[in-house]
Amino acid sequence: MPTLPTLAAGCILASLVLYALTGGADFGGGVWGLLNHGPRAEARKRLIDHAIGPVWETNHIWVIVAVVVLFTAFPKVFAVLSTALFVPLTLILAGIILRGSAFAFQTHRLHEEDGTDWWGGVFAGASLVTPFLLGVVLGAVSTGAVRGEGLSSVAGGTDAWLAPFPLSVGGMTLSSCAYLAAVYLILETDDPELKEDFRRRALGALVLVSLLSAAIPFLSPGGAPEFHRALTGSWWSVPLMGANALAALGSAVSLAVRAYPLARACAASQVTLLLAGWGMAQHPYLVRPGLPISSSAASPEMLRLLLIILAAGGVLLFPAIYLLFRVFKKKALFGR
Amino acid sequence: MTELVLARAQMAMLFAFHILFAVAGIGMPVLMVIAEGAHLRTGKPVYAELARRWGRGTAVLFAVGAVSGTVLSFELGLLWPRFMEFAGGVIGLPFALEGFAFFTEAIFLGIYVYGWEKVSPRLHLAAGCLVALGGILSGVFVVSANAWMNSPAGFTLIAGRPANVSPLAVMANPAWKTETIHMTLAAFAASGFAVAGIHAFRLLREPRNGFHRVALGIALSVGGVAAVLQPISGDLSARFVARNQPVKLAAMEGQFPTQRGAPLRIGGLPDAAEETTRYALEIPRGLSLLAFHDADAEVVGLSAFPRDERPNPVPVHLAFQVMVACGIALAAVGAAGAILGWKRRERLFSRPFLCAVVACGPLGLLAVEAGWVVTELGRQPWVIHKVMRTSDAVTPVGGLALPFAFFTLIYLVLGVFAARLLRKELGASPFFPAGEGDSPTAPGEV
Ligand code: HDD
Ligand code: HEM
Ligand code: HEM
Repeated sequence: MPTLPTLAAGCILASLVLYALTGGADFGGGVWGLLNHGPRAEARKRLIDHAIGPVWETNHIWVIVAVVVLFTAFPKVFAVLSTALFVPLTLILAGIILRGSAFAFQTHRLHEEDGTDWWGGVFAGASLVTPFLLGVVLGAVSTGAVRGEGLSSVAGGTDAWLAPFPLSVGGMTLSSCAYLAAVYLILETDDPELKEDFRRRALGALVLVSLLSAAIPFLSPGGAPEFHRALTGSWWSVPLMGANALAALGSAVSLAVRAYPLARACAASQVTLLLAGWGMAQHPYLVRPGLPISSSAASPEMLRLLLIILAAGGVLLFPAIYLLFRVFKKKALFGR
Repeated sequence: MTELVLARAQMAMLFAFHILFAVAGIGMPVLMVIAEGAHLRTGKPVYAELARRWGRGTAVLFAVGAVSGTVLSFELGLLWPRFMEFAGGVIGLPFALEGFAFFTEAIFLGIYVYGWEKVSPRLHLAAGCLVALGGILSGVFVVSANAWMNSPAGFTLIAGRPANVSPLAVMANPAWKTETIHMTLAAFAASGFAVAGIHAFRLLREPRNGFHRVALGIALSVGGVAAVLQPISGDLSARFVARNQPVKLAAMEGQFPTQRGAPLRIGGLPDAAEETTRYALEIPRGLSLLAFHDADAEVVGLSAFPRDERPNPVPVHLAFQVMVACGIALAAVGAAGAILGWKRRERLFSRPFLCAVVACGPLGLLAVEAGWVVTELGRQPWVIHKVMRTSDAVTPVGGLALPFAFFTLIYLVLGVFAARLLRKELGASPFFPAGEGDSPTAPGEV
């Protein structure tokens, strides 16, 4: 039986996975909006907006859940990360607020007034920067350069994120979002031409994701040595990487033969496995090397109550989320 | 020191922005649900049109509220890491519950706004009700976290750290009830009057448009009821503050000496150096009477506290005056509306009354901002009353001027565009002949 702090840390990881699979794809939709040239551009744009519209607010809340569980269960860690990663976190916030507002303004056709679609541009730009920096933050947490046993010992080092390893994790996160979005979007339309458009994009993004996942293990020995040791030297390392490679292969093959629901399952597994691997390699630390999960947690009473609330909330919540997706994603998700 | 001021200014700016949208997120769903309920009962298309439009407005405001709220939850750590290190594991419960309230709101607002043609009318109305419930609950949860900062409870301090945390006692802290009731009423009063003000403005131009008549009726009912109750709730809050944070009460009232039978001051400018409040209209023994319901009760003044434990009375006193003045105006107009509309609905649409409603439109929101200035600045220099000073909570990261300027700029642009969007939405308002839905027996009236 895992300890209370480990369970709480697991909840954070789980919300991050759900955020990546849902909100991440919404970011990816924005990326494709930015790279939207050539024929059918207008139709693609409409498809993306239509797919995101009813669900992005709900998808966005997973990141709030992750933050709230982090500061409730591990207040010290929240304080250290907020201090050491002040700059990228501030930029992420700017990205989140610009993107959300831009989407709302754009959906309600504000731009028609003067004929320019610059909120669309803001939306797309923020969709690029935000997931990139979220990945950078995850990478920075693994480098070992965010040191601090408590706030008093976070010494000036607020530039741990500006290193090749975190930046490459950022690139990886961004391309994963674009990849997920492209794969999901294929199933959002009946138009064979649009399907082909997004199939091509999905394959391109898959190549990029695969290249980056192959490159990162070469950067991590220098950039995140302890993390690298845990990632490559644990009993689960080989099965995990095997599963990941299998998912990538499965996705490539099913995209090639146009088995789209299978491609989607494979893509989602890939992203889940990437984050799970990150989480397992971080274990038993939240921030290497100073903040182990076990000793930086809040009181057991708090953790117990928090976990009960998360469980009870989940029981009420998942049916509601199911209803939301059932109403708006009937065809894409349930095939009719 | 200047970094502290910058951090406080940034926090205040972020809250002042978020709270406007949060208020809309609490009040607007109730309005739209009432309109839709009226449509289901009467079948009149004017109500359906109104519910759709209010739903769209809610969606835009909700989106901005949601992202500005996300900013806040991160900024708690970015600006006040020491506060969060101390308090995160103590006040996590209301924040975690709030997360679920947000989920409820977001999920069902998605269904509501995009689902008119996709779900049954019953389910659609139920979704609207859940949005309203989620809005109210998220306000209640987050304000109980704030109430804990005013009246910390549910833990013991051991060597400067919280121990023996009892999360339920934290949430049910002494200030919990008065503050959440007051805030929830404030949200209804502010959004009800803001919406009523807009529709009254349109009615001055097109007096026969039934669409705006119906809208005014609903918004004014909700806002008016809340506004009439608000002074009662405010009195409870003030009496709680008098017992729990006497120094805040003294700052609110500009009361320097400790005094039996203290006067109530209307207006006036506190002078902290001279320890006196000038230019006020004084009602003898009024303060003792209001704060303790006893004209001879002793009121502790600011002078009884060490200088470094006093809030700055100037903004606190002025903001309190502004809030109470707005509260009295709203309650008066709300009551007048009830009396005028009692027998003949038509009298609500007389020009003088419409002008009064237009004038009250911004007052609720103004009172909300002023009320938060009272609460937050009145608590200074503490971030957690008598437990942690704001100056001990601030981040060690320097250069806070940059993020402050950055967010101010972003929020200015967003504010301007949100306002333009809403104006555009209203500019294209539909026409329904008067009489449709505003007969004395029509549902939707309270
Ligand atoms: C429409 C808005 C509105 C209106 C009409 C009023 N208030 Fe208010 N007031 C608020 C909106 C508000 C607020 C913004 O919602 C505050 C800030 C914190 C809180 O819980 O509510 C608040 C705080 C607040 C506090 C401080 C509580 C604390 O610091 O713990 C007191 C004593 C009052 N109010 C008293 C009154 C009185 C006597 C009013 C008489 C008419 C009144 N308010 C009208
Ligand atoms: C939980 C609910 C909270 C609410 C609803 C709330 C609300 C507000 C509002 C509306 C203001 C603006 C006042 C103004 O316009 O000047 C403000 C200011 C401020 N808030 Fe809070 N706040 C909350 C929690 C917090 C927390 C967690 C902190 C963290 C330390 C905090 C610290 C401050 C500070 C330092 C200021 C500036 C006060 C000053 O300038 O003296 N507040 N708050
Ligand atoms: C410490 C102070 C606060 C924090 C950390 C905070 C945090 C948040 C967060 C994270 C969201 C986004 C949720 C979403 O995506 O739907 C949000 C939205 C919201 N907040 Fe706040 N908030 C604070 C103060 C307040 C206050 C004072 C109120 C009002 C009573 C309030 C009421 C709401 C509501 C109703 C929403 C839903 C969005 C909307 O309807 O506009 N919040 N808040």
